[in-house]
Amino acid sequence: MSGRDTVMASIRRGLGVSGREAPRRQAVESRIAGHPSGLRPARGQLPPKERLELFVTMVERSAATVARVGALDDVPAAVAEFLRRHNLPMRAQRGADASLAAMPWAAETTLAIDAGPPDPASLAAVSRAMAGITETGTLVLASGPDNPTSLNFLPDNHVVVVTAADVAGDFDAVWARLREKYGESLPRAVNLVTGPSRTADIEQTLVIGAHGPRRLHVVVVGEAE
Amino acid sequence: MVESKKRVGLFVTCLVDLIRPSVGFAAAKLIEDAGFMVEVPRQTCCGQPAFNSGDRATARALAEQVIAAFEGFDYVVAPSGSCGGQLKIHYPELFRDDPDWLARADAFAAKTYELVSFLVDVAGVTHVDATFEGTATYHDACSGLRELGVRVQPRRLLGTVQGLTMKEMADSEVCCGFGGTFATKYPDISATIVAKKAANVVATGADMVIAGDLGCLMNMAGKLSRDGKTIEVRHVAEVLAGMSDLPAIGAPPRERTP
Amino acid sequence: MSAVVTSPAFKANAKAALADTELQKALALVEVNFIVRRRAAADQLPEFEALRDEARDIKDHALAHLDLYLEEYEKRVVAHGGHVHFAVDAEEARRIVLDVCRRLGAKTVTKGKTMIGEEIGINSFLEANGVVPIETDLGEYLIQLRGELPSHIIAPAVHLTKAQVAADFRRCHADLPRDRDLTEPTTLAAEARTVLRQKFLAADVGITGANFLIAETGSSVIVTNEGNGDLTQTLPKAHIVLASIDKVVPTLEDLSQLLRVLARSATGQEASVYTTVSTGPRRADDPDGPNEYHVVILDNGRSNMLGGQFRDILRCIRCGACMNHCPVYSAVGGHAYGWVYPGPMGAVMTPALVGIDKTGHLPNASTFCGRCEEVCPVRIPLPKMLRHWREREFERRLSPATVRAGLRFWAFFARHPRLYGLATLVFARSLAWFGRRRGRFRFLPFARGWTRHRDFPAPMGSTFQAQWRSRRRSS
Ligand code: SF4
Repeated sequence: MSGRDTVMASIRRGLGVSGREAPRRQAVESRIAGHPSGLRPARGQLPPKERLELFVTMVERSAATVARVGALDDVPAAVAEFLRRHNLPMRAQRGADASLAAMPWAAETTLAIDAGPPDPASLAAVSRAMAGITETGTLVLASGPDNPTSLNFLPDNHVVVVTAADVAGDFDAVWARLREKYGESLPRAVNLVTGPSRTADIEQTLVIGAHGPRRLHVVVVGEAE
Repeated sequence: MVESKKRVGLFVTCLVDLIRPSVGFAAAKLIEDAGFMVEVPRQTCCGQPAFNSGDRATARALAEQVIAAFEGFDYVVAPSGSCGGQLKIHYPELFRDDPDWLARADAFAAKTYELVSFLVDVAGVTHVDATFEGTATYHDACSGLRELGVRVQPRRLLGTVQGLTMKEMADSEVCCGFGGTFATKYPDISATIVAKKAANVVATGADMVIAGDLGCLMNMAGKLSRDGKTIEVRHVAEVLAGMSDLPAIGAPPRERTP
Repeated sequence: MSAVVTSPAFKANAKAALADTELQKALALVEVNFIVRRRAAADQLPEFEALRDEARDIKDHALAHLDLYLEEYEKRVVAHGGHVHFAVDAEEARRIVLDVCRRLGAKTVTKGKTMIGEEIGINSFLEANGVVPIETDLGEYLIQLRGELPSHIIAPAVHLTKAQVAADFRRCHADLPRDRDLTEPTTLAAEARTVLRQKFLAADVGITGANFLIAETGSSVIVTNEGNGDLTQTLPKAHIVLASIDKVVPTLEDLSQLLRVLARSATGQEASVYTTVSTGPRRADDPDGPNEYHVVILDNGRSNMLGGQFRDILRCIRCGACMNHCPVYSAVGGHAYGWVYPGPMGAVMTPALVGIDKTGHLPNASTFCGRCEEVCPVRIPLPKMLRHWREREFERRLSPATVRAGLRFWAFFARHPRLYGLATLVFARSLAWFGRRRGRFRFLPFARGWTRHRDFPAPMGSTFQAQWRSRRRSS
């Protein structure tokens, strides 16, 4: 018997089942097909305006910083501002995301933006989040050429752009969007990011910037409808 | 009128029976003051030492003995959260696969209470007639707290003891390290845990530490006296019954008046 | 090859731990930090208690349909181009991992935190076979440098002080300037970051654990704060996930509920910094990610637990709250438990995985204070399961002969109330007589352990029952 068959047989023995019971199969199929939500915390169910305010509060509570801008076109200035404020080299990297590509980067004459595969040496990255999650102040980043996963982790500074319209109330709302956008097949990695990297492994003293970014800067675009 | 009084079977607990009978008398007084009739059927132990040592057969035999002796009462009351938890929560578990006994165990459990929660929740006692000049801190013994929800009841009644000021210690809900046979099987670990508890007690500056379980009280008293502390250690029943003039637990007896 | 089990020496381990002042300093921090933070996080979410119920129910449902969810999970991993390997035991799991490493000609392997990796002793096995494993979770890295087991399931190096870490760094990072400043956690963490960054970039294979497997999507989920798990799985040629059969949950919505209780119970965060849902290897147009994605699903005796008294422990989501709140863990730390899993969950899990004959101390070294169950996010009745192990031990006559004899002696009297009344009366009276002056004993021959550390209060005199009966008779 293969390892698989042995393990399965042993599980079925333990449960006292054959694996062919129709009601059990039915239960599993309908659970997966229906993927019902459980109790959803009230804080994730606010109307749009309050939701966005809470999102910003929660992001800040996670030790990330927030900039609010009016439109996507304002993002380059916000990125430049962030880099300047922290005395960083005026250079950042981004993926192929069309909305990022369309931004007026040229207007920021001191800022160089590089598109392309991640470079371990780059100090700052700009990504576009597919969603924000209000209940925890979390950003949702999907892998792919638009926003390569390694940009979320390699550079010391990570700027994430999220539009107000993309800020969802809770996890469950984001799962719904993922299904809508990707159907049956999730992108290779869906990264839920809540604040900058940290560790408390030495005497439980919180140190920001363990292996991932030391700074997480969130640019929230637009207002809630 | 006497006939109309409900009958309470006092399960005194083996430790109180052996070490500190005054707790039993205090409990009886409190229950009688609350308008009940107290009786003490012949008894030994609730069986928890066997239950917690994995000896289910003995635990069950003792449970049957206790149920048989007490099921005729309107209520069964124990001045201990630990034994109370054994009677109320764990007895039914012992009879899970014996429907006849399970029914008896359930009925028994339904009328069984830890002393102070009985006084407050069942008897509706709101204040006691007792005096103690000084400050005291209360330790929440684990089983009473977590198995039976005893937390506010003792504090409420202690709040009505004349002259007594209550002061909360840090981590009052953390175990004192007694744990029944644990204290004898792992004395070093137990001692480390009770040292933390004693430090929290001492830090309050209180004159007295009170709890509802004699095991925990003996553990704390033993540690405090070994460390040369003069803080008195008393069972909540004694304080509520106005019996604080007795020597505290582990304290030398006072000179007897002839 | 699996980690050596030192649980039989629990008492000696504990004694050493109690005498270790550095360890005691470190443990004092655990007690305070984790507990306060969890409480604060729980208080901030009004739905927290209800979510715990749901988390419990989700895991129960998943376990009751485990065979089917594993099939669904496997189907979807394969559909995404990944590989699922079931491993009956530790040896098979190690083999599977080594085979992947060998086929890819791997020289170094980076590792995210994986308790299954610890359970199967993957590091020493890889090393013995010419593959260098490098732990990248800071805590795991620290204990790897020392050749130790984790002492906590979410904070593996919680037993160390910064001075000890600094000494280890000076010893192991010998090429760095000797006079560098290593006094603060920030500088220590920065040094580890720099050293490990090179390892991430050079690794051929990345191994991580999995907090959850999702049947609906065929995904593995890791929850971390450092980002090391993501660098581990994104940069190398292959990503190997080490999981156990109990990790599968039905859907993303079920993941929501588990995430909502996990971080709050573990570290008191609203959410951990990185929750990563990984599905298969790199896609055709992906600029990064592993070319191969393997999931090893380990049984190692867990399937046998499904049918018995210990099924509930398989709900465990490894948050560590039970040990953070355990007075015994706080006193002796994780290493005393003598294997991979410490604290209350370890005291239930370890006997199941390595045998109660070797681990009898673990379920016995508990005061049954119940705090673990009170905080467990999936409401595992830990004390009850510890008691079940004591029952097994008793049934199999594994408990010490002295304990059994003592119990028999006591039980005989306890079952004969009249005899008991007489015996206790004699006992109480004589003990009271001996203790009449001080009211307590500094030494008692039959309670040596007790009186080594504390006094034993003397009985007041006659037993309660004897007094009650004589009073009532005379009244
Ligand atoms: S047993 Fe419960 S509290 Fe302990 S680690 Fe597992 S889930 Fe957390």
